[in-house]
Amino acid sequence: MDPILELRGITKQFPGVLANDHIDLTLNQGEILALLGENGAGKTTLMNILYGLYKPDEGEIFVRGKKIDIHSPSDAIAQGIGMVHQHFMLVPVFTVTDNVMLGDEYVRGGGFLDRRRAAARIREISRQYNLQVDPDAYIKDLPVGLQQRVEIIKLLFRDAEILILDEPTAVLTPQEVNELFAIMKSLVEHGKSIIFITHKLREVMEFSNRITVIRAGRVVGTTTPQEADQNKLAAMMVGRQIELQIEKKPAEPGEVVLQVRNLKVLDTRNLIAVDDVSFDVRAGEILGIAGVQGNGQTELVRAVTGLLHPVGGEIRFLGKKVTHATPKEFFELGSAHIPEDRQKDGLVLTYPVKDNLVLNTYYQPPFARGVILNQPSIYANAEELIRKFDIRTPSVMTMLSSLSGGNQQKVIVAREFSRPIKLLVASQPTRGLDVGSIEYIHHRLIEKRDEGCAVLLVSTELDEIMELSDRIAVMYRGRILVTIDAKEVTKEQIGLYMAGIVPA
Amino acid sequence: MEKQNAKAKGRISQKPLVVFLDEVTRSPMMVNILAIVTGLFLGGVIAALTTENVYVALKSSLVEGLKIALQAAWNTYKALFLGAFGDPQRIVTALQSGDWSQINRALSPLSESLVQATPYIFAGLAVALGFRVGLFNIGAEGQIFVGALAAVWAGVFIKGLPPIIHAPLALLIGGLGGAIWGLIPGWLKAKTGAHEVINTIMMNYIAFRLSEYLLTGVLRDPAKTTPISAPIERSAWIPRLFPYPNRFHVGFFIALFMAFLVYLLLFKTTWGFELRTVGANPNAARYAGMNIVRSMVITMALSGGLAGLAGANEVLGVNRNLGVAFSSGYGFDSIALALLGNSHPLGVVLASLLFGFLRNGAIQMQLTAGIPIDIISIIQAMILAFIAAPAIIRTIYRLKTPKEPEIRLQISSAGGSS
Repeated sequence: MDPILELRGITKQFPGVLANDHIDLTLNQGEILALLGENGAGKTTLMNILYGLYKPDEGEIFVRGKKIDIHSPSDAIAQGIGMVHQHFMLVPVFTVTDNVMLGDEYVRGGGFLDRRRAAARIREISRQYNLQVDPDAYIKDLPVGLQQRVEIIKLLFRDAEILILDEPTAVLTPQEVNELFAIMKSLVEHGKSIIFITHKLREVMEFSNRITVIRAGRVVGTTTPQEADQNKLAAMMVGRQIELQIEKKPAEPGEVVLQVRNLKVLDTRNLIAVDDVSFDVRAGEILGIAGVQGNGQTELVRAVTGLLHPVGGEIRFLGKKVTHATPKEFFELGSAHIPEDRQKDGLVLTYPVKDNLVLNTYYQPPFARGVILNQPSIYANAEELIRKFDIRTPSVMTMLSSLSGGNQQKVIVAREFSRPIKLLVASQPTRGLDVGSIEYIHHRLIEKRDEGCAVLLVSTELDEIMELSDRIAVMYRGRILVTIDAKEVTKEQIGLYMAGIVPA
Repeated sequence: MEKQNAKAKGRISQKPLVVFLDEVTRSPMMVNILAIVTGLFLGGVIAALTTENVYVALKSSLVEGLKIALQAAWNTYKALFLGAFGDPQRIVTALQSGDWSQINRALSPLSESLVQATPYIFAGLAVALGFRVGLFNIGAEGQIFVGALAAVWAGVFIKGLPPIIHAPLALLIGGLGGAIWGLIPGWLKAKTGAHEVINTIMMNYIAFRLSEYLLTGVLRDPAKTTPISAPIERSAWIPRLFPYPNRFHVGFFIALFMAFLVYLLLFKTTWGFELRTVGANPNAARYAGMNIVRSMVITMALSGGLAGLAGANEVLGVNRNLGVAFSSGYGFDSIALALLGNSHPLGVVLASLLFGFLRNGAIQMQLTAGIPIDIISIIQAMILAFIAAPAIIRTIYRLKTPKEPEIRLQISSAGGSS
C-alpha cells in the first residue's frame, strides 16, 4: 500500500540559505511520525511547504500515491492536511464553536450562521476522540491544553486526515502532555496520521512510531524508538556526542545570599501574582522554581531583580534590605539576571554584539573613561568573551538580530557570567534553544554553582528543574506549595504539585 | 534562525562583487537615496503635466507633446539648480575678474541656500535626537517660536554688552526657551505617562498664541503700527560674513558644530549609549539598570533646546527682529529631515542641505521659470512618502530586503510609573 504522504526531494532555498536540501519523508496511514531536529534544522520550513505557506524550489508531494500541488493552506486542507501551529490561532473572545467555524462557517438560509449544527458536529468529534471540549465555552476561559484541543478540532472539523503538530508540548504541563498523547493515540486508532515536530527526546521515545531526524536542512536518518535510544538520537540531531545527564557534585550550601519573606507582587492588571512567598537561596546551591507558565514566576523574578516593586514583604541580599532597589542596585551588589524573554528584556537586537556585551557595564571602567565610551576596551571585551563563551558570530559588529537563539543566549550568559557575581537569577534559560545550547547553558549554571554562586532557577521545563536543582520549590497560583530536596522527590510528585494537587 | 547558519555558508561561496552589490542593495541608505531620486523625477513629471503648452502640443502630435513635456521638466530643474547654486558661468567669470562684489553676487544663491539650510539643521537635529530615544517631538515648531521669542527678548532688552558676550548669550537664552518648551511635555510624560505627541502638539498652539500675545504686548515696537518687535541690539546680531545683500552668517557653522556635538553625545559617550538603548529597546534599558524616565526628560529638553536654537538663529542672524509673520514651517519640515537623515546627525545635515537648496532654488525658479514654488512641497512630500513606505521603493527598484531589521520609528509608551 502507498504511504498516505510522501515528500520527495523537497528543496527550499532562501536568499543565501539552503533551508531544506532534498528532503525525503514518508508518512504511513495510522502512524505517529516524529520529526526531530534542532531549532533551525529546517523542520518548520518543511512543514510550511507541506501546508502551502512556502513554495518549494524543487521536489514533489504525493498524497496516497498521487502527486499534488499545494499553493496555499486551503489547498493543503482540501488534500486533508491540517496543521496546529506552535502559537495558537484562536480568537480569545469567541466561543469554541465560533473559532472552529471561522473560515468554514455553517450557514442557514438567509446567510445566518448555523451555530447549533456546528456545535453538534464539534460535540460529535469531541466524543469520538474523547477530547472533552465544550463548544459553548469561550477560548479565554480555557486552559492552554484545552485550547490546543480546539485547534485539533478545527482540523478534524475540516476532515483532515494528516495532522501536523508543531512543537505541541512546549506549552503544556506534564499531565497535559500525557493527555495530549492519549488523544494522539486515539486519533491514529481512528485512522488519522500524525507528524509531530519536536526537539524533546523523551517524548519521541515514548510516543512515536517512527522518527525522522533532520539536521541542517537534510534528513540524517529514520529510525524507530525500539532501535534508538536518547543518546543516539541526540547525536544524530546535533552531529556529535551529547552528554544528556549532567554530572554534578552534591551541593555545598553556604551563607544565605537571597532571602525572600512574605513577598507580595502585583501583575500588570494589578492582580496578586505572587502571594506571600518566602524562600532562601544559599551560596553554592541551585533553588529551582517549578510551575506551569503563568503562576507568578515571571512577577517573582521581576521583583527579585528590581524590575517590579513588591507591594508587601521583604527581599534581602546578603542581609541588606533591597525590597525596593532598582535593577542597577541589584547589578552593582553582584546579582545577575538571565531574563525570561531574552529578545525583549535581555538584548538590544539592533545593536552589535560588542554593545550587547556591555549593556549593563558600559558606564564602568574600563568601558568608560568618565562619560566617554572607551571603544578599544569594549572591542577587546567582546573579542575575549566571544572566544571564552564560544559565541558563534561573524564579527563583534554583527547585529544581535542575525545570531541564532542559542548564540543570543550565549551573549547574555557571557555578559552576566563575566562579572563577579554572587547571585544568579536564571528565568527559562534554555527556552527555545537547541540540544547543544541547552547542554552548554546547563554546564555553565552548574559551574557557577560550584564557584559558590547562589542560583535561582525558574523553569517550566520539569526535566530541567529536576536535573539541575538542589532544592525545588513549586509555584501554583502565586504561592509556593512546597519546597523539597531534589533528591527526595520524583518527577510525578512535582507534576502533581504543579497541577495544584497537594498529596495528603 | 535556520537561515543564519546556511547563510554564513552560502556567503563564502559567492563572488566578492556579488556580495558587494548584495550589501549595497540591502543598505537602508539606498532607500533614502532612491526616494530622493524618485521624488525629483516625479516632480519633473508633475511640472510637465501642469504646463499648458504640453497639452496644446499633444493635440498636434504625441512626439511633439513629449518634447515639450521634457522641455518643461528640464526648464524647471534648470531654474531650480540655478536658483540653488547660482550660475556656474557667472561664478567662473566673477572669479576670473577678481572683483569681490561680483563674486559675492554670483555666489549669493549658493550662500542663500546655506542660510535656508541652517535652521533646518538645528530643527532636524532636534527631532532626530528625539527619534533616537524613541520620542516623537512634534513640537519643534513651537519650540522654535519660543526660542525666537526668548532670543529677541535678550536681544532687545539686554543692552550695553559687548557683541562677543551678547550674541552668544542671546543664542543661549533662545536655546533655553526652547528647552523649557520641550522639557514640559517630557516631564508630563515622566510623571503622568501623558504621550509626548499630544502634548508637544498642544504646546505648539500655546507657543503660537504666546508669541502673538507678547508681540502685541511687551515685545512690540512702540514706534510701529504692526505687531512687530523692536529691532534687536546690534551687539546681539549673529555676524554676517559677506557684505549686503549676502545674508550668510556664522549660524551655519554653529549648526554644523551642534551636529558634531549631537554625534559625539549619541555615539561616543555613556549618556548617548543610555539614550540610544532607551530608544532601541526600553525593556532592555530597564533591565540593564538605565533610568528611562530621566533619559526621556533630558532628551525632550535637549531636543527642545536644539529647536529653540533654530528660532534664535533665525532672529539673530537673518531677521534681526520678530514679527507675527515669523512662521517658518521649519518645525514640521524637521520631522521629514530627521526621517530622511535616518536620525543620524550627518544624515540630518545632508538632508537639511538638500531641503535648503530645494527651498531657495524654488524661489528663483518661481521668478525665472514661472513654476509655482509649491512644486517643491510636492517633491518633499513625495520623498517622504517613499521613505515612510520603503516597500514601494524596494519594489520599484527590486531591492532586496535588508538583512538587519530596519530601525523603525517606535513611539515609546514608557514613563509615568514613578
